[in-house]
Amino acid sequence: MSKWSNPVLIKELKLRFRSFKSISGLLFYLAALFVSVVGFLMLATEFTGKGFFRPDESFMMFAMLSGLQMVLVLFMTPGLTAGAISTEREKQTLNMLLTTTQSSFQIISGKLLASIAFLVLLMLAGLPLYSLVFLFGGVSPAQIVSVFMAYLITMLAVGSLGIMFSTLIRRTIVAMITTYGVMIFLSGFTAFFFFITTSFTQSMNTPVLEPLAYIWAAINPAMVIVSLLAPEIEQELLDATNISISLPLVYFIVYGCISIIALWIATKRLRATK
Amino acid sequence: MIEIKGLTKQYGQFKALDHLNLTLDAGVVFGFVGANGAGKSTTFSILATLLAPTSGDALIDGKSVVREPKEVRQLIGYMPDFFGVYDQLKAEEYLDFYGASYGIPAAERKKLIPELLELVNLTHKRDAYVDLLSRGMKQRLCLARCLIHDPKVLILDEPASGLDPRARVEMRDILRKLKELGKTILISSHILPELAEMCDEIGVIDGGKLIAHGNVATIQAQLQGEKHITVKVRADLASARTFFEQQPHVVDVHIEREAVHFMFKGNDEEQRALMIAALQSDINVYSFSEDEKDLEDVFMAITKGADAR
Repeated sequence: MSKWSNPVLIKELKLRFRSFKSISGLLFYLAALFVSVVGFLMLATEFTGKGFFRPDESFMMFAMLSGLQMVLVLFMTPGLTAGAISTEREKQTLNMLLTTTQSSFQIISGKLLASIAFLVLLMLAGLPLYSLVFLFGGVSPAQIVSVFMAYLITMLAVGSLGIMFSTLIRRTIVAMITTYGVMIFLSGFTAFFFFITTSFTQSMNTPVLEPLAYIWAAINPAMVIVSLLAPEIEQELLDATNISISLPLVYFIVYGCISIIALWIATKRLRATK
Repeated sequence: MIEIKGLTKQYGQFKALDHLNLTLDAGVVFGFVGANGAGKSTTFSILATLLAPTSGDALIDGKSVVREPKEVRQLIGYMPDFFGVYDQLKAEEYLDFYGASYGIPAAERKKLIPELLELVNLTHKRDAYVDLLSRGMKQRLCLARCLIHDPKVLILDEPASGLDPRARVEMRDILRKLKELGKTILISSHILPELAEMCDEIGVIDGGKLIAHGNVATIQAQLQGEKHITVKVRADLASARTFFEQQPHVVDVHIEREAVHFMFKGNDEEQRALMIAALQSDINVYSFSEDEKDLEDVFMAITKGADAR
């Protein structure tokens, strides 16, 4: 078998794009983006349909869209990946797949890439709405690229966790709840702990922020978007903690490591024969 | 072709397989017979590299299922007892996916798939969605899937279960064709008479142990000395049953289909004496006949013996 061929990926793409769920998901996603953009424009022009839309307002719209898209990535990725292996098990197709000569990594990566391909399609389909920000200015293409890279690494990490739980846990529903739990920890609990840590430092009247606050911020998806869009906020945090490593860099490294470890565990455990 | 050596599978205290030994030559059709939970599916799962044995090993064409699972997967076609199919995939695409999964080049798959569909009589369903096929058709399609990489060994776990009589006959015809192609086939079934017709060898498994192995005639010979007798009478069946229960060498007396049935463990002379006693009694015997033993009886007798142990 060619090293790069991936029958599971091709089959998954075929099945995914034939299902009504995918079309409805895409429609829902675009509708959410559209309502946000139009709503924002209406608010900015005070529902008159005319007036000015300044570049700084355009930047705000971009920031709002970026945040919204990160939320959608965080919520859709577990749904797309946490059933990847357990559904095969529940539908009694897994054993036949495992007796083929495909390697475990081929099967796992095929499942993950098919889910990521769908999410990337969502991102690409939303680009025309995104391009509105270019119409009004205020955002650099480099910012857009870096924000999209953040989405990509986030979906890779959360997706890998989803596939890992789907491999380890027999039932899809339990695997999905576990993946959502971890996702909520990464996005919600880290923010909560960050605020707890900073409040604690402030109450102690110490000038230097705990390094722990930096760690919580570095693994928070919202914080990476803030850091990429508003480097001055990131700089404030770096100054406060006396740490000079860029937050997005740590985010990319940590999420990259999460992906590698989760995929490694999933690959090892897929053909667990005990 | 297949050599199973001391295969044991233990789940805590429960031994699903207990030092199973079995050797099969190439081209043999082997029927694996046993009650539910006897260890058939466990054995097949180990041979299919889905389950690791606690101890022992199995070699398929010289390749170990424990140490060389990838090579073994190339040699076998495995059909599980229960299996599902993917929604929204057509029969042709289904086979194409598994062909690709075995690393068969696209051009070769294109040639191969119509041949396989023809072999399992599904050419007319090539564009049908797999989940909409009947159960019999799904079973046949699954069999075609097993054959896509031209394996030397077929491991078929209950291939005829849940099929209606017509579908069963179709499945049997296909298996016959595969036998002619020289495949080594392992089939498990609880529908024993069908196995007897098709198999060169039969193995009876009970409680994780292989308790009999040989051709059908050999296994039937193991039961020599035990005869199934059916007696039809004019008097009421209950009194006939009481009569036979009191006779020597007679066991397992029961009434079925308006006749008395029992197992006779005596010799021919003792059987003659029993017939005379029956004729002289007041149960008014119409007929006294010795049943042909089929594989079902052999199985029942052997497994009952094992239970008693």
